[in-house]
Amino acid sequence: MSAASALFSICGIACVAGALATVAAKNPVRSAMGLLATIGGIAGLFLLLAAEFLAAIQLIVYAGAIVVLFVFVIMLLGADAAPVREVQGKVAKGLAGGVLAASAGGAVLSLLPTSGKGHALSAALPTHGTVDAIGRSIFTDAIVPFELATALLIVAVVGAIAIARTRPVGPRRLAPAARPTDLFGGPVNPRDDAGRPKENG
Amino acid sequence: MSVLGQVLEHYILLASVIFGIGAIGFLVRSNVLVQLMSVELMLNAVNLALVAYNRVHEGNMGGQRFAFFIIAVAAAEVAVGLAIVLAYYRLKSSVLSEDADTLRH
Repeated sequence: MSAASALFSICGIACVAGALATVAAKNPVRSAMGLLATIGGIAGLFLLLAAEFLAAIQLIVYAGAIVVLFVFVIMLLGADAAPVREVQGKVAKGLAGGVLAASAGGAVLSLLPTSGKGHALSAALPTHGTVDAIGRSIFTDAIVPFELATALLIVAVVGAIAIARTRPVGPRRLAPAARPTDLFGGPVNPRDDAGRPKENG
Repeated sequence: MSVLGQVLEHYILLASVIFGIGAIGFLVRSNVLVQLMSVELMLNAVNLALVAYNRVHEGNMGGQRFAFFIIAVAAAEVAVGLAIVLAYYRLKSSVLSEDADTLRH
């Protein structure tokens, strides 16, 4: 077994086991760790597919930022992030998920060739997947989407701050001085004097 | 016998398995945090398929470029999604998607 095959096996097992752990774990922290395993495995597969730049981006953005953000939110919610109350209608949901997964798998299988050994991967060009090649591609062919992506990220950050800072709902506290007689030393109009509590007895 | 990891179809099959697991998890689990993680699984599977298909088109960086943009959009999606989870938790004191029934009736 060559080194590439061994790396593919290790990364593939890590991907599938991590995905199963993400979906099946009761504790969301374990789900986040499963997601981390999947992300690491996919980064290894990116290396096998001659996508070094994307492997680095995958580790920095997904493992370094997204999983950490998930763990932050889980810790912020505390024990409520893993509610003990279980789901109703699990069979129907499982059926729906199975149908969706089967249709996705069927679509993929219909694209694959039924005969032959498939597309063997020859040795990649040395320029395939390098920062040079991807940067040249982004800044020539895709400069407008790239700039739009920067705008998207800024809008997302501002929107996340605006959403997460909403105040808790509940009865709005009124200002302590509600009546005009409380605002001033005495009644604005003499007829308002009737309901006013007398000071000093 | 084709060598493991040296054939395009191995990567595509692996990506479809991960996508299926993510789809099932999104539909079966009712914890919105786990649902968001399942969405991330599906996005990762699509990225893997894009990069694998790009591998057989030498000299064309289109697939890897698209995966790059997907990663950027996923980062934005997670930031906004987790902020919505926090706001939802403050409103309902729950992270179960069944409790988001304010618009029912």
